[in-house]
Amino acid sequence: MRTRQFLKPRTVGRDVDQLVDALPKHNIGTQGYDPWGLNPDTAKITFTAVRWLYQNYFRVQAQGLEHIPGEGRLLIVGNHSGQLPMDGVMVSFAVANKSENARLPRSMIERWFPSVPFLGNWMNSVGGVIGDPKNCGKMLEREESIVVFPEGIRGSGKPYRLRYQLQRFGHGFMHLAMEHNAPIVPVGVVGCEETMPSLVNIKPLARMLGMPYFPLAPLVPLPARVFLNFGKPMHFANDARNERDVEWRVEEVKDAIRDLIDTGIAQRKSIF
Amino acid sequence: MSQPNERKRKTASENEQASTEEDNDTKSAPRRKTPARRQSAPAATKSKKAASGIGSSTRGKILVTGAAGALAQHVIALLKENYDVIGVEFRGLQTDYPDTVDYVVDFNQWPFEDVFREHGFMGIIHLGRIRFTQSTRNRRYSANVVGTARLLRLALKYGVEKVVAMSTFHVYGADARNPSLIDEEYPMRAANLMPEVVDAVELENLFNIHLYKNPELNITILRPCNIAGPGINNEISRMLAQPVVPCLFGFSPLMQFIHVEDMADAVVRSFERNHPGVYNVAPDDYVAYQDALQLAGCRRLFLPSVPPALARRSVRALGRYAPPDYLIDFFKYAVIIDGGLFARTFDFTPQHSLADLLGHYRAHK
Repeated sequence: MRTRQFLKPRTVGRDVDQLVDALPKHNIGTQGYDPWGLNPDTAKITFTAVRWLYQNYFRVQAQGLEHIPGEGRLLIVGNHSGQLPMDGVMVSFAVANKSENARLPRSMIERWFPSVPFLGNWMNSVGGVIGDPKNCGKMLEREESIVVFPEGIRGSGKPYRLRYQLQRFGHGFMHLAMEHNAPIVPVGVVGCEETMPSLVNIKPLARMLGMPYFPLAPLVPLPARVFLNFGKPMHFANDARNERDVEWRVEEVKDAIRDLIDTGIAQRKSIF
Repeated sequence: MSQPNERKRKTASENEQASTEEDNDTKSAPRRKTPARRQSAPAATKSKKAASGIGSSTRGKILVTGAAGALAQHVIALLKENYDVIGVEFRGLQTDYPDTVDYVVDFNQWPFEDVFREHGFMGIIHLGRIRFTQSTRNRRYSANVVGTARLLRLALKYGVEKVVAMSTFHVYGADARNPSLIDEEYPMRAANLMPEVVDAVELENLFNIHLYKNPELNITILRPCNIAGPGINNEISRMLAQPVVPCLFGFSPLMQFIHVEDMADAVVRSFERNHPGVYNVAPDDYVAYQDALQLAGCRRLFLPSVPPALARRSVRALGRYAPPDYLIDFFKYAVIIDGGLFARTFDFTPQHSLADLLGHYRAHK
């Protein structure tokens, strides 16, 4: 609390202050926290840095943001890449930074993050929540929007040679969308693969440190240009007869994301 | 139902006579194993009609366990307006008990049944539980689980119609993978994560078995978040009252607190409005642990958090100024429960804000 009180007036500009203040925060309690740990003051401090990364370092270009409604439950589903969850941060900031109907989507983070000192609390306080179906269900019930990467660590931890190849999608997001009648907005992320290209996953080291993977990669993200393409909302009725039906619907979402990735790659004139 | 009740009334009246004689006998005796009746309790209920007071203004007789505790004192104060309350305490050997305690008796000893014989209880509010920091694991198990099993057997035998039992949010266990807003259906993972608190889980299992096996007991189980406020002496409350409080470096989990007066109101509501089941009790408001410490006027003492063995060792070194080492994960990972079901079912809204509650501790520093 004291660290926030010290940093906020020294780092947060008026525009970021206004940006976060304008976001709907209907689940925030009297002490400035929502049930998942989001804290607007910490978000303001973080967004000051994220905005610089978004505008000047990764030079993000976002298309199709008009497909994100200003309110109501929503799943934003995309391809995962780049070792670090930079893609989730960029997608969330793009939606929060919209000129109209801005909102702060919550990003699903890996389950081991909360066990890392500082990192877990900090990720929670800027909108990250562990990727648990119960968490997602509760957030959708409270009309939140959620960024989901159904590939999980299969996508973020994959080596550079597998770039832009979608890995297996978990079905959990589709079950949630059907059960809670939440639309899915697909998003194709291009550029994050190049921010931290991994040659190989050093598994013994990862096991020793209790991490899901340990990439042989640059120590800091490279300044690759990032292209985000949001697709039209997809609606799925809760009438799947079996898991095979669910799988077909997941494939529909994957196809939409593949098309959006292709669009992003076509837009890109140079990697850096 | 009327036949056992007649038998009960008879036994109670006979017993009252025996008890009076016994009281006279024991005035000279320094120690006794029979229920030590501390003051004159209200007379036994005269009829079944008078005994059944659930949801009505008719007075009935209620047994409140753990009557020496701060929460029980608030509950008894609220209940006394409409009911005859008998307070029983089984914890420790204190020299001075508050007026809310009518009997000091171990639930596992035979004389405990005399309390049931003497009074025709229509309801039980079971608040008496040895906390994690009190006594050994075996003693806690014996008192909390075996003792409660006996309490429930006696409740069945003597035709009790309503039981409210106090559990704790600790039964969910603290883990990095916990979702937020844990609801009542979530597994009680504490048994697996921290075997030291297994008595709390077993206690719940016991009540759950009776909830379905003996629906006539109308059991309501409450799982509150951290209870704090004046008089409360649990782990978190004790720490908030300290000038310097340990916290793990890099961890400030989100927490929920409920004021003791709000919790007493929740207990009374769950007793008066008969909706058996399991309910989380927590406000829809949250604060990070380190923020709570600062709001309570505490200075933080940072302890190493990694490796976990070092964190446990440093917590143990602080003794009673820190939580027990097996509860350390509750100070690392958030355990946020969803109190929505209770709030909707019992029309419950906490009256005390987090600022009020933590301000109480700041004001006393």
